[in-house]
Amino acid sequence: MLDISGVSKRYPNGLLALAGLNLAVAQGEIVAIVGGSGCGKSTALRLVSGLDMPSSGSVSLDGTPVTAPREEIGLVFQEPRLMPWLTIEQNVAFGIRHLPAAEQVSRVSEALARVGLDSHAGHWPRELSGGQAQRVSLARALVGRPKVLLLDEPFSALDALTRGDLQDHLLDLWAYDRPTMILVTHDIEEALFLADRIVVMQPNPGRVRTEVVPPVARPRDRLNGEFLNWKYKLLRELDHASRPPSGDESFPAAAI
Amino acid sequence: MSTEIASTAGVPDAPAVRASRPDGKWLIGFALPVFLALAWEVAVATQIVNGRLLPTPSKVIMTLVDLANSGELLDHVLATLWRVALGFVFGVAAGTLVGAVSGYWTIVRRVIDPSLQALRNIPSIAWVPMFILWFGIFETSKVILIAVGVFFPIYLALSGAILGVDRKLVEVGRIFRFSHREMITRILLPATLPSYIIALRSGLGLGWMFVVAAEFMGAEQGLGFLLVDGQQTGRPAVILASITSFAILGKLTDWLLASVSARFLKWQDGFKPAE
Repeated sequence: MLDISGVSKRYPNGLLALAGLNLAVAQGEIVAIVGGSGCGKSTALRLVSGLDMPSSGSVSLDGTPVTAPREEIGLVFQEPRLMPWLTIEQNVAFGIRHLPAAEQVSRVSEALARVGLDSHAGHWPRELSGGQAQRVSLARALVGRPKVLLLDEPFSALDALTRGDLQDHLLDLWAYDRPTMILVTHDIEEALFLADRIVVMQPNPGRVRTEVVPPVARPRDRLNGEFLNWKYKLLRELDHASRPPSGDESFPAAAI
Repeated sequence: MSTEIASTAGVPDAPAVRASRPDGKWLIGFALPVFLALAWEVAVATQIVNGRLLPTPSKVIMTLVDLANSGELLDHVLATLWRVALGFVFGVAAGTLVGAVSGYWTIVRRVIDPSLQALRNIPSIAWVPMFILWFGIFETSKVILIAVGVFFPIYLALSGAILGVDRKLVEVGRIFRFSHREMITRILLPATLPSYIIALRSGLGLGWMFVVAAEFMGAEQGLGFLLVDGQQTGRPAVILASITSFAILGKLTDWLLASVSARFLKWQDGFKPAE
């Protein structure tokens, strides 16, 4: 269980990026955090990953506080962030350097096969397309078999076709050993396609506006009427969340 | 990391490496010196220039041949090469260590950088009397003088390049819980490799410059000594033979360094100039 309790983050310049975030994520659950720019969703992910420390509140995994990056928590960034001087297999092995050599080799082969890039093991990152590079980044995060996988808008820089392909692929990867996943995205369709639960955030300061559990059966079809209906409702909710505060501050989740 | 993972067998060579393979195009680099040598030869033959003070290239070549035949040239070349090699190794080691530490830890940079920036502006020749007093007139002072010359470009380039490494790559290291040592050796140094290799070449060039100053310090052998000897005995051809040897050795060692280092930059995806 990943527990985010009363987490706030104020930056040295005084900006309150996140105010009192509470979120409990069960083992194997996929939670999407959606919201416009500046609503603190990426800040929240950095706090959960241990890259940054909260100004108040706490993050814990299975009861142990997260105060620094941990082996059990993997992170996929918005950009692939591959080391250009390492081959693809060396990049994937980056996070399991402490394992014996033979195990590194077998784990890297397995991870690359799972993302469909086993034939690219000896290539340089410059030889890959954007989608392939992001798949390597996924393999690098998954090769250590983390309990929690954090994804910070991982497909936002890709074209729609590649994005859809990678979303399908991510679900296949998740089904393999079912890590807990927190996906930060501004793409409602992506959140609806992947997540068990969607947290809608609003800015100034960044906080949770509402949480939604879409009752759409898996496997989800992006063209299904129910899916599209939920997509429309969530878009409207996101639109409300990004508007300046008015009399109607709290959107009733039950209305969705 | 395992040797299996470290293997890059089957990876096609980068265009930069392919370009360095001998294909005859490098011969064009000889065009300018050959043209200048011919013009020089003609200028002396037609008495536009006084050949006594400026011996012709043919005379310089003959002097080099004579020195080579007597075995004298090889002794001077080996003495100089040995000093440059030792000074280069020590200068690179110190420059790399201090540059990496200064680039990585702000407090270290704040303490040492202002002093080093001041010291690097001291002309090499100014160190000579102090080094003779401190380390004597023999090899130690010469090697240290060359190492000082090599140290500064390495230090400057590395500490500056580390500050320019993409923060996003460093965050990947943090996510994988890299220690300080791993962060330096596995991310910062590889990321700065292109700048570092240029600094190595620059440092080597300065090493060749500093060896002349070093060999002015009472050397009995070396191309710098040959230079001084040619001046004191009034043999301009010997001076030019020594200068020519410096140029050839400097170019050869730079080519060797560039060729060896190109293997480590196969991953680069840089600009490829048009032919």
